[in-house]
Amino acid sequence: MSEAIRFILNGEEVTFKDFGPTETLLDYLRLKRRLTGTKEGCAEGDCGACTVLVGRLTDQGLRYESVNACIRFMGSLHGTHVVTVEHLAGKDGALHPVQQAMVDCHGSQCGFCTPGFVMSLYGLWLTTERPTRAEIESALQGNLCRCTGYEPIVKAAEQVAANRPSSLFDPLERDRIQIMAKLWAIQAENDTIVVEKTETNGTARSIVPGSVAAFADILAEEPDATIVAGATDVGLWVTKQMRVLNPVIFINHLGELQTVETSETGVTIGAGVSYTQALRTLSTEIPAFGRLIDRIGGQQVRNMGTIGGNIANGSPIGDTPPALIALGSELTLRTHAGRRTIPLEDYFIAYGKQDRLAGEFVERVFVPRPAEDNHFAVYKISKRRDEDISALCGAFYLALDGDGKVAMIRIAFGGMAATPKRAKHVEEALLGQVWNWDLVSATRDAFDEDYQPLSDWRATAEYRSLTAKNLLTRFFLETAGQSHELRRFEVEEA
Amino acid sequence: MDKSTFETKPIINGRMHVSLKHDSAHKHVTGSAEYIDDIQEPIGTLHGGLGLSDRAHAEIVSIDLSAVKAAPGVVHVLTAADIPGFNDVASTGQHDEPLLATNKVEFHGQIIFAVIAETRDQARKAAKLAKIEYNDLPHWTDIDSARENGGKLVVEPMTLKRGEPETEIENAPKRIQNHMYIGGQEHFYLESHIAMAIPGEDDEVTIWSSTQHPSEVQHMVAHVLGCANNAVEVKTRRMGGGFGGKETQGNQFAALAAVAAKKLKRAVKFRPDRDEDMSVTGKRHDFRVDYDVAFDEEGRIQAVDATYAARCGFSADLSGPVTDRALFHADSSYFYPHVHLTSQPLKTHTVSNTAFRGFGGPQGMLGSERIIEEIAYAVGKDPLEIRKLNFYGQPGSGRTLTPYHQDVEDNIIARLVEELETSSDYQARRQAILEFNAASPVIRKGIALTPVKFGISFTMTAYNQAGALVHIYNDGSIHLNHGGTEMGQGLYTKVAQVVADTFQVDIDRVKITATTTGKVPNTSATAASSGTDLNGMAAYDAARQIRERLIDFACRQWKVNRSQVEFLPNRLRIGSEIVPFDTFIRAAYYDRVQLSAAGFYKTPKIHWDRKAGRGRPFYYFAYGAAVSEVSIDTLTGEYMVDRADILHDVGKSLNPAIDIGQVEGAFVQGMGWLTTEELWWDAKGRLRTHAPSTYKIPLASDRPKIFNVKLAEWAENAEHTIGRSKAVGEPPFMLAISVLEAISMAVASVADYAVCPRLDAPATPERVLMAVERLKSE
Repeated sequence: MSEAIRFILNGEEVTFKDFGPTETLLDYLRLKRRLTGTKEGCAEGDCGACTVLVGRLTDQGLRYESVNACIRFMGSLHGTHVVTVEHLAGKDGALHPVQQAMVDCHGSQCGFCTPGFVMSLYGLWLTTERPTRAEIESALQGNLCRCTGYEPIVKAAEQVAANRPSSLFDPLERDRIQIMAKLWAIQAENDTIVVEKTETNGTARSIVPGSVAAFADILAEEPDATIVAGATDVGLWVTKQMRVLNPVIFINHLGELQTVETSETGVTIGAGVSYTQALRTLSTEIPAFGRLIDRIGGQQVRNMGTIGGNIANGSPIGDTPPALIALGSELTLRTHAGRRTIPLEDYFIAYGKQDRLAGEFVERVFVPRPAEDNHFAVYKISKRRDEDISALCGAFYLALDGDGKVAMIRIAFGGMAATPKRAKHVEEALLGQVWNWDLVSATRDAFDEDYQPLSDWRATAEYRSLTAKNLLTRFFLETAGQSHELRRFEVEEA
Repeated sequence: MDKSTFETKPIINGRMHVSLKHDSAHKHVTGSAEYIDDIQEPIGTLHGGLGLSDRAHAEIVSIDLSAVKAAPGVVHVLTAADIPGFNDVASTGQHDEPLLATNKVEFHGQIIFAVIAETRDQARKAAKLAKIEYNDLPHWTDIDSARENGGKLVVEPMTLKRGEPETEIENAPKRIQNHMYIGGQEHFYLESHIAMAIPGEDDEVTIWSSTQHPSEVQHMVAHVLGCANNAVEVKTRRMGGGFGGKETQGNQFAALAAVAAKKLKRAVKFRPDRDEDMSVTGKRHDFRVDYDVAFDEEGRIQAVDATYAARCGFSADLSGPVTDRALFHADSSYFYPHVHLTSQPLKTHTVSNTAFRGFGGPQGMLGSERIIEEIAYAVGKDPLEIRKLNFYGQPGSGRTLTPYHQDVEDNIIARLVEELETSSDYQARRQAILEFNAASPVIRKGIALTPVKFGISFTMTAYNQAGALVHIYNDGSIHLNHGGTEMGQGLYTKVAQVVADTFQVDIDRVKITATTTGKVPNTSATAASSGTDLNGMAAYDAARQIRERLIDFACRQWKVNRSQVEFLPNRLRIGSEIVPFDTFIRAAYYDRVQLSAAGFYKTPKIHWDRKAGRGRPFYYFAYGAAVSEVSIDTLTGEYMVDRADILHDVGKSLNPAIDIGQVEGAFVQGMGWLTTEELWWDAKGRLRTHAPSTYKIPLASDRPKIFNVKLAEWAENAEHTIGRSKAVGEPPFMLAISVLEAISMAVASVADYAVCPRLDAPATPERVLMAVERLKSE
């Protein structure tokens, strides 16, 4: 067992053990390292002013991803390369092409969001040589700018792609081999790390298990530990609610939990798979699901957050559960003693209560692939199109028989009840009937039996109820070959 | 420096009227631009945390701070008893805004105490440990409930009247009475409020404050400390955004930091968390506009009577001038032959609302544009036709007098609208949309062209003054300072251009320095779009004085007359001799020429009598027009802005790139106000949209998919402003009204354009869907 984490910060190797389990990367950078280019705008992963890149070894080699430093805990950085805005310009002060394009296009006004935008654009630059407008906007979904109206920033992204110089300019391209070697060396010591920090009310521990088996053993002994994968939810417990978490077990580095396997029947997604990683498979396997994932959080949140976490925390407004439930997904939970698999919808018992026993963790979810002649759709409704939390989110999965009758229907909604929930009355009214407009229009009101939503700042109960019904209409029209969903960019589907 | 290059250079870098990058652009992109939280803290700096009320309106029965004091790292807990001067940060002088609440609280989130601790984290954690007992009092948080509860006002309302509106309305061929709700708006500057106070000797204190108004912070801190203004120096190099939110709202954080710093004799920094910032600081005012309009069969307005009621919050703050400016813009670009306008600045148990880009003007104009829509649907015409019919006329037309009795002398709205109508292909696109809608069952489109006319000057005439300080050091480098603050709008760059141009030197020779009350006193807020107009002129005045002395010196030394002295790029021609600028400056120094000057400017021609409702509050008007096209989903209320075309008037632009940035940014910010940005208070009076997770400002993917923005290149200010330019900060914000109206047209399509949709703002997907449903059932 070791007592310190190891990572690389810009050009420097760091061995670090003076931190508590909820110390954020942002505070570390700004307060301990005086790397003040990274800013705090919101401390909840919604504005992107704190965007940095985190490089990690994956099965596709060294991957750099934009993340929100404000809700990233230090314990999650073992074996990574943290890159801040200070690392971009050359030693002679020459701007990186991404920075130069932002200057040339007048992409900054007050400048406070700018380092975050630069880092998001840089993340895009590293992965995508010729990004489309859709890809640029997607990369910027997690960055707020209040001054420019974004036009010059998007132009900067286009300009830098159009005049892309040799990669030797780029510090990360240039040093890629050395960085990989260093990270391999760190990763090779797959010991469990426990970092202890003495605080006023005792010793606080960050636990970085060396393997999933070690994780299961630790959790059996520490059933009350907080499990942190992406920290996109837990981060806010700390920055906003000022909660004290101890101990914290970090699992984001566990490659064993990050596998996506495709079989004839469906896709199995490990609990540690990020949205970004899942999107790569889902966008081709289940395109409608893929489009939903592109609307979850911003790029940074998608790079950090996991589908496993989205399920495990049991939120009634999580974006993926409705789609997963409609598709009939199965959840596998694991302890040090073994595994059990349950239908995902049974996991959500009540508000704040899930079917997760002491010492148990979510290991993977199996998502059945819709049959080719079946219909599947998921619709997220939010005040703002991107990077917003659902007012409601509805998923529909339909199979028709040879007579055009409903052979199977599964409808699940988030935002309509205390948990993600099936619309069983609606399903019942539809099952066995001829799928046509008369049926749909006669069935709409059955939603009132399934859901009695609340009014809050995202929407009133009336809006939620009416829109749920209208989404059934939208789904019907879609199955009839008339898609009426507003899309900013034409989607090229496989 | 290589002499050969500057001796032949035909033009300087950074003269007036050219596109130039923001002076800090390089520092922004490298992360090296210093904001206050980035400044190296003095050793031993302490950090503040806020203890907030969790009641909307209550008497404080008791406060138990023992657990707070005992928490780790806590050095002191600041309460009203620690304030040596006045417990008051009311910028109005009305004494209605305590720094720390004592015996009652008047909104959820009001500051009651402040924790001073070794770290910010400790201060924030400790602040949660207070035990406060309250005796709840009845509270109301919105306009309608304020009216129901007696309609108490926070300031004297204003009335504007001209002609005989009562009789004209009674006798008109057509008349519509209705009302409109207009939501408020959170500024969401990316850098939240922050202040760091460093105690000095005697009564002195230096404060770094993220403020648009360093002078007011200075005065307020002195007031709270009970010392003279001369003991307090306030510095601001740059803000990470302001938008009006840092005009008065920074006072409280600076004052808290100053009180703690003086008491504890250590530097103290206050940086509220984003959620606290959004709960504790004021926002754009929500309005309810009750309108009564009379018009003829053609749609020509005969008379308007309107009341503009505003949610002001618990104190006055800037609500007086904000509601005044709403009335000043209640005519938008239209001539009202008879008019009666009243403001109703209502007290509510919410945070005190404040300045925000447009300062009531947007709400004023939005009410007017609603009236235009009402008329258009009533007479069955395109709203654009009604707009044109009602535009102010040219001098001599008898249609130039505003409700406040100022003549519109510089009117270019008809030309702007005509050019935009053509360049945006408005008519053909509108026709295509009508056809599209007729055939589209779910998705509907809308298009709207709306004008902007915005009055420039502080309506408080005294504020229209500015100072600047220019030094030339004996190496020829120039130091520039003025009262304006930089919040991203490019003011520092523009004023530096003025100085570079005046001396004909490259702009890199001009060092732009942090705004400080120690160099230029008694400044006005950088607000009301006035920054460049005022400070540009003041800096010009300072530079001009030095230049005059330099010319006199050249005449003396070289024995030539004034016409033989010419400032060329980085050099002078004196008689037949060419002298490099720095050589010349050194010579002037040895001849004991004063190379420093304080400049001053006050806007001419303006005057205003609020009681009488008469005068010339505005030096000039800035104009613009926008066409927006949107698509809506009539099943969900979701929408997208497909295209926007803008033609905007900035006079003769000092820096077109910066001005276009202002126009684009203002438009998107205005769009946010009218679409997705919704402030939502719960039954307890608690703001629940207090973070970006719940309060949704536009993203890159919300901006118009096609976005054509142009400045009217032919425009020139009719008044003698700096370089004949015009103010640009606020006016383009209101171009976004076209987005709301385009959505409104798309909604109207479901009832065949026969019913005015009366779509209130913000038009969230919910409001759009509910309007669709309402129109379908009518």
